[in-house]
Amino acid sequence: MATNSKLIIGIIGAGRLGTAIARQSLKAGHRVNISNSRGPQSLELMLGVLLPGAVAMTVNDVAQKSDIIILAMPLNKYSALDPEWLAGKIVIDAMNYWPPTEGRIPEFMNEQVTSSQYLQQHFDRARIVKTLNHVAYNEIEEHSLPPAHPQRRAIALAGDDDAAKKQAEQFIDTIGFDTIDLGDLQEGSKFQPDTKLFNARLTKAEIEQIVR
Amino acid sequence: MELGVYSFGDVQQENGKLGPTSQAIPNLLEAIKLADEVGLDFFGVGEHHTDYFPASSPATILSAAAAMTKNITLSSAVSVLSTDDPVRIYQQFATANIISGGRVEIVAGRGSSTESFPLFGYDLKNYDELYAEKLDLLMKINALEKNEPLTWEGQFRAPIQEAMIVPQPEHPIKIWLATGGNPESSIRAGALGLPIAYAVIGGQVSRFAPMVDLYRKAAEHYEQTGDHMQVAIASPGYIAEDAQDAKDTFWQAWESTMTTLGKVRGFAAPTRSHYDAESGRDGALFAGSPEEIAERIIELHKRIKHTRHYFQMDVGQLPHDKFLQSIELLGTKVAPRVRKALASGN
Ligand SMILES: NC(=O)c1ccc[n+]([C@@H]2O[C@H](COP(=O)([O-])OP(=O)(O)OC[C@H]3O[C@@H](n4cnc5c(N)ncnc54)[C@H](OP(=O)(O)O)[C@@H]3O)[C@@H](O)[C@H]2O)c1
Repeated sequence: MATNSKLIIGIIGAGRLGTAIARQSLKAGHRVNISNSRGPQSLELMLGVLLPGAVAMTVNDVAQKSDIIILAMPLNKYSALDPEWLAGKIVIDAMNYWPPTEGRIPEFMNEQVTSSQYLQQHFDRARIVKTLNHVAYNEIEEHSLPPAHPQRRAIALAGDDDAAKKQAEQFIDTIGFDTIDLGDLQEGSKFQPDTKLFNARLTKAEIEQIVR
Repeated sequence: MELGVYSFGDVQQENGKLGPTSQAIPNLLEAIKLADEVGLDFFGVGEHHTDYFPASSPATILSAAAAMTKNITLSSAVSVLSTDDPVRIYQQFATANIISGGRVEIVAGRGSSTESFPLFGYDLKNYDELYAEKLDLLMKINALEKNEPLTWEGQFRAPIQEAMIVPQPEHPIKIWLATGGNPESSIRAGALGLPIAYAVIGGQVSRFAPMVDLYRKAAEHYEQTGDHMQVAIASPGYIAEDAQDAKDTFWQAWESTMTTLGKVRGFAAPTRSHYDAESGRDGALFAGSPEEIAERIIELHKRIKHTRHYFQMDVGQLPHDKFLQSIELLGTKVAPRVRKALASGN
């Protein structure tokens, strides 16, 4: 898919992060499908005011009808998603295992396995890319800059599927950020909570320096 | 426009370390008394449970403050309703309300700091469900007629059978819903007919304008009308005569508090350039000279028509005397400017 092609972005979770990504996606000219836990009707008021143009759907429909699916819901609700819905799909995991905000989740407590690796095992046929998780939701809009801007912020990615990562990188470029591919899903450990990259405004060169 | 202050009780520095938590409480009472004396409209005390923010029991502090002040509205900012018993919250705030002659309110939040969940034995998995249920109970108690008993049943606490919830103030307590910007919370406040308090602690203030639109749209949709459907903004802020002095002094406090919070919550420490951006025109940090802060409040008011704006000044071991000076400037220099401008429609 060419850099400028318009995508259908499917967002699961219509809270702070989900609506911020949705707004940036609409601005970039993509189509947006979005869902929460309570069904499309519950989103009508919100979309009318905050996201005109976005389409409310069930979670399953979002998964079936979108090019890239973005998980933007609390991680502690992940088991509400049927792995079948995500099978074969490019899935951006923007969530965090972050005990100070969502509490401890026993299956995510193994420090050898990143939260996205755990999700990859659980959603075994999804093509998971970990990214967008380390940027505060408001900064997805406030820090967005055009390509080649010297201060353009970079967003890290990790994933086991190269083609999926490529597509995620192209998408992130359209919403105003550079990207930096840090390797397979294990490398997600470099930009989880409690790392130097988490919630820090950094350019690609600055991230390279930190992770090298 | 009501102007005021909120605090979590800032523990002072002593020999390069955190001093005793006990000192934060009399400091807080002194600040509240001063705020009342300089004509400020509001003082909020926010529930936290840490060695740097020790105001774990807002209603207790507000009861003492109620007896020491004359005009100022006193409130929690916020009460973490999700991890408390609404019956108990009501009783404590009703008592303080009566002591104050009707000046005590409740600002109820889900909790952005989550330390109260493990402390009181609640599961963060039920983060939203707990809040929804407890808010329902609190509102039901507050709406009881004189001497009307309560019968209630829910998921997270024992059912209540024909119980008297006392004391009842003369008028219901004003309850606000507090939110950090989750859109669903704006809808909830609008739908329930509650005034809303936005905590704007980072980024651009203007991003809250669409949230306020959503709140008003929801209120309209659910036919919640009336003067009580108000919007408040709570943001970090600090005032000194000299703009640069204000920015430099508050930077130290801000850096200290955000570094501490960053360690707890796992995010990177703030940088000065980030701080400078956020304490500029559209930023969330209201640090500056009285003229500058007044102008920024007026500017924001044009867009969101909020009726109350209050500032958290004492963070990160801000020296107590500077906290008091900042309160005084808010009351004597900022407030008159804002009132004048809004009265003349500017
Ligand atoms: N906030 C940030 O700045 C930020 C930045 C980067 C990453 N993140 C990550 O993003 C995730 C979401 O954070 P947030 O702050 O956006 O949370 P939030 O504001 O609380 O929103 C959560 C959203 O997820 C929805 N949801 C819950 N269960 C669901 C389910 N089973 N199916 C579909 N949707 C469901 C909720 O819908 P209902 O209202 O219907 O329950 C709500 O719309 C977290 O993992 C967080 O670590 C957040």
